[in-house]
Amino acid sequence: MKKKISVFDIINFIICGLIGLVCVYPFYYVVMASFSDPSKLMGHNGVLLAPLDSTLGAYEEIFKNELLVGSFRNTFLILFIGVALSMIVTTMAAYFFSRKDIMLQKPLFLLVLLTMFVSGGLVPLYLTVCDLGIDDTLWAVILPTAVSTYNLIVLRTGFMSVPESLIESAKLDGASDFTVFSKIVLPLSKAPLAVILLYYLVENWNSWFNASIFLRDKSLYPLQLVLRQILLSNNTDSMMGGADVGDYESFSETLKYAIICISTVPMLLIYPFLQKHFAKGVMIGAVKG
Amino acid sequence: MKRNTSVNNSLHKKCFISRLGRDLYKNKLMYLMVLPALLFYFIFAYKPMYGAIIAFKDYSPSLGIEGSPWVGLKHIEEFFKSFYFDRTIKNTIVISLASIFIGFPMPIIFALLINELRNKKFAKCVQTVSYVPHFISIVVVCGMIKQFTLDTGLINDIIAFFGGTRVSMLNDPDYFVPIYTLSNIWQGMGWQSIIYLAALTSVDSSLYEAAEVDGASRLRQVFTVTLPAIAPTIVTMFLLKIGNILNVGYEKIILLYNPATYETADVVSSYVYRQGLLEFNWSYSAAIGLFNSAINLVLLISANYLSKKVADTSLW
Repeated sequence: MKKKISVFDIINFIICGLIGLVCVYPFYYVVMASFSDPSKLMGHNGVLLAPLDSTLGAYEEIFKNELLVGSFRNTFLILFIGVALSMIVTTMAAYFFSRKDIMLQKPLFLLVLLTMFVSGGLVPLYLTVCDLGIDDTLWAVILPTAVSTYNLIVLRTGFMSVPESLIESAKLDGASDFTVFSKIVLPLSKAPLAVILLYYLVENWNSWFNASIFLRDKSLYPLQLVLRQILLSNNTDSMMGGADVGDYESFSETLKYAIICISTVPMLLIYPFLQKHFAKGVMIGAVKG
Repeated sequence: MKRNTSVNNSLHKKCFISRLGRDLYKNKLMYLMVLPALLFYFIFAYKPMYGAIIAFKDYSPSLGIEGSPWVGLKHIEEFFKSFYFDRTIKNTIVISLASIFIGFPMPIIFALLINELRNKKFAKCVQTVSYVPHFISIVVVCGMIKQFTLDTGLINDIIAFFGGTRVSMLNDPDYFVPIYTLSNIWQGMGWQSIIYLAALTSVDSSLYEAAEVDGASRLRQVFTVTLPAIAPTIVTMFLLKIGNILNVGYEKIILLYNPATYETADVVSSYVYRQGLLEFNWSYSAAIGLFNSAINLVLLISANYLSKKVADTSLW
């Protein structure tokens, strides 16, 4: 049943194309600007289709900057330790909460769900972390966001879809809870595991706020926090632990674009391969716990 | 009779405790597995909830949470009387309403447009591309907004091209809400459309065929078949938005605002942040935060109740 292409189809095609363009053009502009010559870019008006006098100068400057290189190291450290910890804790907890035969499962899960709607607030959290004595260490960035309730629900929903009969028959054969967990439930839940792994990776890569309130030692700053100071310094309130905005002001425009590129490219590179999983997570989560 | 029930109760209690004991023993490995997560929730969620009592105290770090003197509702009253009360509440509501009335329909319209595309490969492509902004860090998004809205930036270049005058947008209070709202749409439209697109795929295709036989145009089909089919999803999402009307996050605000735009940009949560973590008025800040989250909770519960009544779906 072939239908005629109407005027509406053409207009719709154009509108959707434009929306797509608006979503990616800013990134394209940033990439092109980062390879441009700073003085030419200053004088340029309007859209960029290709770099102006392509140069790698901005990128060379980035790798000469110790603070930036250090912040990359910090971010990778946070990613590595933080995501591993999050995954282990969340997976174990999700398995517990997926088991209906445990008495305290329900009340404990309610307590977990409650935290999605009620929270102590910013200042009490800040004081709690300081009380633990982990402020000004990377633990202050990793621990307070170690478990995401949303991810826990996604994974629990995934675990619950493992057929009950499989688990029961394994138990009849004498498998322990842990064997069931490692040999049956985990291998059958690769998709939800991948989804929450991705969410944790993105979350940790992008987070900056906790670092901005808990870290005073500049050598511990993660990438996003350094980015904030470079990209938005004169825009923000003075940072905690001394206003040290001055040393960032010398950054040229092209350097700012280059930094945006470098911090975004890892995300954009893995993105096309994983977007199917990302979107799946929305639907698993929407089915609710 | 009375004695009888109390005996019964204590028997029941004993039964419960012994059952619990047996359950703990039998599933000890399971309880051990959930322990780290419980510790996490205890320390980083429930302890701060207890710590929120400093809202009714004059907290000082040397005295600690317990040792600080009680002052009752002093801090909340102070907030009610202050000039910031009207301004932050007003800004919060304005920003919320803008994102409801402009931002809310966008993903729906976008999903409908995608759904109507004839070329499915192209549709998939546009969809994929539209998710990208969702994964970019808020710092980078705000950095790009700043670069593009500079008076020498891309957006001003375009405005100047069409004969407008250049404005340093982030320093002009009139532009804050539009910038905030539009960039939110840019960030979230594609991602939020996922849920509507999923609802759209479950629409029975025989309904369209029937409508076509009846001679309904495509526009007509959208209104008589497609929209009614996804109406429950729309209603639920809308009520949730309403429930979150006083809940504007601080991260994007504090990255974008500056003293020149506080007039329109300072919302309750950003004020809480400034008071608590930059000016160290711990108790005052905690009181405002508590007040705000109490209202949010009431709004969300009411919205959920409505959603249950109207659309038969709810959050819990």
